[in-house]
Amino acid sequence: MTTIDTISPEGRKVLGTGLETRAVHAWFGKNHVLSDINLNFAAGSVTALIGPSGCGKSTFIRTINRMHEFIPTAAMAGEVFLDGKDVYAAGTDVTKIRLKIGMVFQKPNPFPSMTIGENVLSGLKLAQIKVANKDSLLEECLTRAGLWKEVKDRLGAHGGSLSGGQQQRLCIARSLAVSPQVLLMDEPCSALDPGSTLRIEETVRQLSESMTIVIVTHNMQQAARVSDHTAFFLSDGGPGEMIETAPTSEIFSRPKDKRTEDYVTGRFG
Amino acid sequence: MNTIPKPSMPWAATPKDRLRDLLILVGAIVFTYVFVGLSPMNGKLAYFFIFFMTYAIFTGTYKGITRGSAAAKDAVVSSVVVVGAVATLIPITSILATVISKGYKGLSINLFTTDMSLATATDPLSNGGLLHAITGTLTLVGIALIISVPLGILTALYMTEIKGRFMKPIKFLVQAMSGVPSIVAGLFILSAVLYPITKSSSGLMGALALSILMIPTIARTSEEVLLLIPSELREAGVALGGTQWRTVAMIVVPAARSGLITAMILGVARIAGETAPLLLLTGGGDKVNPNPFDGPMGSLPYYIWKSFYAGSEESITRAWAGLLVLIVIILVLFISARSLSSRKVK
Repeated sequence: MTTIDTISPEGRKVLGTGLETRAVHAWFGKNHVLSDINLNFAAGSVTALIGPSGCGKSTFIRTINRMHEFIPTAAMAGEVFLDGKDVYAAGTDVTKIRLKIGMVFQKPNPFPSMTIGENVLSGLKLAQIKVANKDSLLEECLTRAGLWKEVKDRLGAHGGSLSGGQQQRLCIARSLAVSPQVLLMDEPCSALDPGSTLRIEETVRQLSESMTIVIVTHNMQQAARVSDHTAFFLSDGGPGEMIETAPTSEIFSRPKDKRTEDYVTGRFG
Repeated sequence: MNTIPKPSMPWAATPKDRLRDLLILVGAIVFTYVFVGLSPMNGKLAYFFIFFMTYAIFTGTYKGITRGSAAAKDAVVSSVVVVGAVATLIPITSILATVISKGYKGLSINLFTTDMSLATATDPLSNGGLLHAITGTLTLVGIALIISVPLGILTALYMTEIKGRFMKPIKFLVQAMSGVPSIVAGLFILSAVLYPITKSSSGLMGALALSILMIPTIARTSEEVLLLIPSELREAGVALGGTQWRTVAMIVVPAARSGLITAMILGVARIAGETAPLLLLTGGGDKVNPNPFDGPMGSLPYYIWKSFYAGSEESITRAWAGLLVLIVIILVLFISARSLSSRKVK
C-alpha cells in the first residue's frame, strides 16, 4: 500500500494530503437529496458535519468512500479528490479507495462470527493484505481505539460479548488496522451512553494526529469538543445543502448565516 | 430497622386453585366417560373430542362465574390451543410408538453386519440384515448433499447477494421446483440420463433424482437465512475494502452458518425417506455395493418397501426394523448437525 505522508502545521506526521469534494450532488432514484457540496478537509483535521436529520450528511460521507453506490437506486455527480485523484475517475479500484477511506457506522456492527482479535484484523483478511506482526498491529489498533486495556485478556471472546460502547471502539480499531488516511464516522456515538461517548471523543482527538477525520453528529457539544472545522447542512424540503463552513469556534460563537445561528443555539432542529 | 420481606409469588396459583383445577379436570373426565357411554358414540376419537369440549365448557363456566366473561373467553381459548397442540402431537407420537414397538423385535447385531444377498424373505431374522440398505442410504444422501449443498447455497447467494437480472424467474422456478412430486424427479432422470446416457441403474442415478428434490429446499431455506443477515454487516465488510465476494465468503456466510446447516438438515429430511425415484433408478439390490457409479444400490426406503411387499411374517418384521433404523439415522444426522452448528468460537 502506498500512502502519501504530509507534515501538518503543528509538525505532526499525517497520512495523506487531505480530501476535497467539488460540486457533489446525490440522488436516490429521482429524489435529489444533496446539492452542490464543496468542502476541503485538511490533512489531520477533524471536521464535524452538523444539521437536522434528513439533510444529507450521511449520504454525503457515503459519497466520499463510494458506499453511496451500495444502494441500488443511488446516483451522484461531482468529484471527490483524494491525493489529488478523483475517486470516481474511470478505472479506479473502489476497494482501494475504501481501504484509504475507512468508515465507522452509526450502529456498532462487529462481525458476529469472529472473535475480538479476528474482528480487528478482519480488514486485512478481507483486502488480502499481509502483515509481518499481527499481534503488535492488534495491540496498536486496540490501544489507539482506547480498548486495549479492557479486552487484552479476552481477545478470543466474541465481539458481541462487549458493551455497546466497547463494540463501537472495536469497530474503530477494525477500521484502523488497514491504516486509512481518512476516517468517516457516521454518528458514532448516537447509540452510546455519555461515558462511552467521552472515550470515543478522546479516541477521535488522538486519531486526528495521524489521519483526517470527518464526523457526522447530532450532538452540538460533541462537534464543539472534537472538531477543528464544522460544516452546517440543511434541507428546506429540497435537496440538502451546505449552508456554512468555518472553524468550529466561529460556527458556534459568530455564525454568518441566520439559519446556522438558529440551529446551533437550539432554536430548531 | 428495616426488615426484608419474605419473597413471595402473589401471581402463582395457590394449592386451593390447583385443587379446583384438578376437580374440574376429574369432573370433565367422569362426565365424558358417562356421556359417551350413554350416547351411541364410541371410539377413542369420541372420548377425545367430548373430553375437550366438556373441559372447555367446565373451565369456561367456572372462570366466567368467578372472574367474569373475559376470563371465561381466556379459559376457552386456552383449551382450544391445547387441543390443537395435542392433536398435532398424537399422530407423531403414535407413529414413533408403533415403529419402536414393532421395529425393536427385528433388531439384532446381524442386521448391521450382513446384507440380504444370501437371505430370502422367509428366512428367520437371524439370517441376513440391512447393511446394504444403510450403506446405500448413506451413500445416496451423501452424494445428494455433495451435489445439492453448493448448488442450493449458490442459488440462494445469487438471490440475496447478487440480486441479478434473473433473480425473479429463478425465485419462481425454485418455488415451483419444491413442489415437484418425487416420482417426476425420478422419471426425469430416467428419461434424461439413465436411458440415453448410462443405460444402467446405479446409486448415482438415484442421488441425482434426490438432488432435484433437495436443491429447492436448501436454496429456499438458505435464502431466508441469508436475508436475515443485517445489511450493516455487508456494508461494514465492503467499507473495510473487501470485494463483494470476499465479504460474502468471510462475513455473510459465516454469520449465517447455523442457518445454512439447518437448510442442509431440512434438505436431508426432505429426501432421506424418498422411495419412488429410488424404485425407478437404483435397481434395488440386496448386496452391499460400495460403488455408486455402477450396479444396483440398496437403500432403506427401498428395503422397507420390498420387505412389506414380500409379505411373510419375517420380512414384515424386517421392514419395521428398517423403519426404526431409518428414523434413528435421520435423528442422529440431525443431532450431529445441530451440535456442529451451535459450536461457538472460543
